[in-house]
Amino acid sequence: MESTLNLALFYAFAAVLVVAALGVITVKNSVHAALLLVLTFVTSAALWLLMQAEFLAIALVLVYVGAVMVLFLFVVMMLDIDTEPLREGFIRYLPLGIGVAVVMLAEMIALIGVNSLATPPPADPAGASNTVWLGNALFSDFLLPFETAAVILTVAVIAAIMLTLRKRTNTKYENPSWQVSVQAKDRIRIVKMASSGQGGAAQEAAP
Amino acid sequence: MITLAHFIVLGAVLFCISVAGIFINRKNIIILLMAIELMLLSVNMNFVAFSRYLGDASGQVFVFFILTVAAAESAIGLAILVVLFRNRATINVGEIDELKG
Repeated sequence: MESTLNLALFYAFAAVLVVAALGVITVKNSVHAALLLVLTFVTSAALWLLMQAEFLAIALVLVYVGAVMVLFLFVVMMLDIDTEPLREGFIRYLPLGIGVAVVMLAEMIALIGVNSLATPPPADPAGASNTVWLGNALFSDFLLPFETAAVILTVAVIAAIMLTLRKRTNTKYENPSWQVSVQAKDRIRIVKMASSGQGGAAQEAAP
Repeated sequence: MITLAHFIVLGAVLFCISVAGIFINRKNIIILLMAIELMLLSVNMNFVAFSRYLGDASGQVFVFFILTVAAAESAIGLAILVVLFRNRATINVGEIDELKG
């Protein structure tokens, strides 16, 4: 009974996933495409929950829906894009795209051999907690790759900032390091000059 | 009963959809980046399915790393896109031909 329910849930989520993915690549508006991609990720997270991969399902929602897709939406809304020229060639390449995708799918399914993999799922190897199972592997066998991943993220952050940073020459700004190291002689300049006497320059210039 | 084949075929369908997306949206860089994200998602789906059905944690650990690299990739990709739009005022792949390739 429970496995029938699971199968029904799988087909429901898979249908939503495929429809949303088809929407991502066909809709006109980039904002709609980004929102459909959010739906795709959330549905995938639900499918991963069906496979008892709880940690990755939550990580997918947090990292993708929470961070990457928000970044996508920011960029899509920030750039003022004229979508009409971007659609050019859509109809022309549609048959080619569908043809390649269908042939590829047929080849993959032939390779997979749907019946050969019809094995029932084993008992959940993670036991009670998927996170503990994953954490044990991540912090023992995969500690060095884990730290490399942290370095990759740092490099990406610095690269993204350096790429988009620009020096504006027409704006005024303060340099705090100059401000704290200022001294009295930088603030005031005493100029010694000879007295011009009574009358001054203005009277001499008059006649 | 959900078998391994269900998830693998779903991953294959997702991958083919994203390949078709790259073919038909070849002028719009933003949709191209989204198609690449879909492709990574289909690969992740396969990794999680194999990890679950073979009882090996390595598959799920690799999904973790793929998520990391994909996040870095999209951050840098979108930064490049912003700089490109600032300099050229277009994201049409047809008009980006500075290198005369």
